[in-house]
Amino acid sequence: MNNIKNRAAIVGISMTKFSKDSERTELYLTCQCIKAALDDAGLTPDDVDGLVKQTDDASDEHAVTSSMGMGNLTYFGESRWGAAPSAMAMRAAMGVATGVANYIVVYRSVNGASKRRMTPSMRTSGQMSTSDLLQWTFHAPFGHMSNAGRVAMIVRRYMHEFGINNDQFGWVPTVCREHGARNANSMFYQKPIAFEDYLKSKMIVEPLRRMDFYEEADAAAALVVTTPERAKDLKQRPVYVLGAAQHMALETEELTSYYRPSISGLPEMGKVGEKIFAMAGVTPKDIKCVQLDDSYGPFVPMQLEELGFCNQGEGVDFCNRGDRIRLGGELPLNTSGGSLGEGHIHGMNHVIEAVRQIRGTSTAQVKDAELVLVASGAGGPASGLILGGKS
Amino acid sequence: MSMVYDTEHPVPIPPIIWDNMGYWEGINRHELVFQRCKECGTWRHPPRPVCPKCRSFEKEWTPSTGKGAVYSWVTYQESPHPGFKAPYSVVLLEMEEGVRLVSNMVDIKPEEISIGMPVEVVFEDIAEGLTLPKFRKVG
Repeated sequence: MNNIKNRAAIVGISMTKFSKDSERTELYLTCQCIKAALDDAGLTPDDVDGLVKQTDDASDEHAVTSSMGMGNLTYFGESRWGAAPSAMAMRAAMGVATGVANYIVVYRSVNGASKRRMTPSMRTSGQMSTSDLLQWTFHAPFGHMSNAGRVAMIVRRYMHEFGINNDQFGWVPTVCREHGARNANSMFYQKPIAFEDYLKSKMIVEPLRRMDFYEEADAAAALVVTTPERAKDLKQRPVYVLGAAQHMALETEELTSYYRPSISGLPEMGKVGEKIFAMAGVTPKDIKCVQLDDSYGPFVPMQLEELGFCNQGEGVDFCNRGDRIRLGGELPLNTSGGSLGEGHIHGMNHVIEAVRQIRGTSTAQVKDAELVLVASGAGGPASGLILGGKS
Repeated sequence: MSMVYDTEHPVPIPPIIWDNMGYWEGINRHELVFQRCKECGTWRHPPRPVCPKCRSFEKEWTPSTGKGAVYSWVTYQESPHPGFKAPYSVVLLEMEEGVRLVSNMVDIKPEEISIGMPVEVVFEDIAEGLTLPKFRKVG
């Protein structure tokens, strides 16, 4: 089997509200979300035989299993980095397509704003891998220590090569906040910004401003994946996985891919795009809306380039004034607000929003949104999905 | 990546492990060295156990000319660590050998840095047993 097109469907989704303090542990939020996603699908924890988590998630599989009273798990796996959300959905799709499990729950829970963490994962106890140590050695002693700084280094070179002014990056956050302002679940409900607000936003690491970066949040999300055959008997209109892929290349690092010939692109995302379009048998022109990784706003135009929605170096022009990327435009992006305008849960809200678009339940609903693309992991190992309403 | 804030030292100490030891030994004797494959001659940085071109494990820590140019740069307006006083710049340099490395510039204001600026290495003794390679504008 070299293709998982139409071998899996997303049949249940759930998302907590985004807040600055959930007042709950991440494990509590996870369980709440899983129960709601199963209710949405018309399933119970007894049906679940697979789990997929993000590697660094504070809710370990065994704690989730015991908390939810799931007694029969035959598959559990995980994915890492910013690439996790689409890759987790892909892993679940592979799980049901091969039959190692029938109903797989994918979850992500983050107390990113409050840092309220009462169930620490064994993986986040401060131990660095050898490869992380190698990276840290050559960056930290020089004060290169924040994700904002790591990303800004790539973006400066991109600006240099394509003659971009950093003010032009303001249209993506502006549009994301417009979309987030329509979404009652968002941290920024009824709080849109104007382009001028972006210009006034504080410089954090030049050439980038505060509003170029995600908004820390406490939130959790879950989705349920099964086969298209099983999906027919469930409550919701199935959302089919038409394309799914991951990519890692020579000299890929998480946000610091500085050591390859060109750094002014996201080649991993380009490869993901080629693969998911080929698998789904569609082209960028067929896509009705996109949910791109906007953890770092300037990576959005770069993703539009890599995924073939415009030519290299033209992504910023594509986003200029926001008309092509906002609701009503030719390619509305991040319609729930995304990481910039809804809240940061490492991209899981992007997958959930793609499902809502296809179901027709988004708060920024695109007409006939039958084909939606999700991209995860801009600036490092990447993954992506093409989801569709028809198999 | 996990955040480890080493605030006991003036700057976060580079964790020295077997794969990068030769680099820091060179820096401590004020010599900038990079790994070079003994089989095919390919320079590489950051250090790795194997040559990505020919997969040989045989390597030599080979002196660099210490000369290069600014490939990209950023200016931190907020400091993530008490050892660094904002605003300060971090540069990505491309060395004559073709490898890149992250460092800081000395004797220059952030706004005077530009892409393509030629630089050469200088050594900054930070504390007992801790030296860092920094760069200054040439020409």
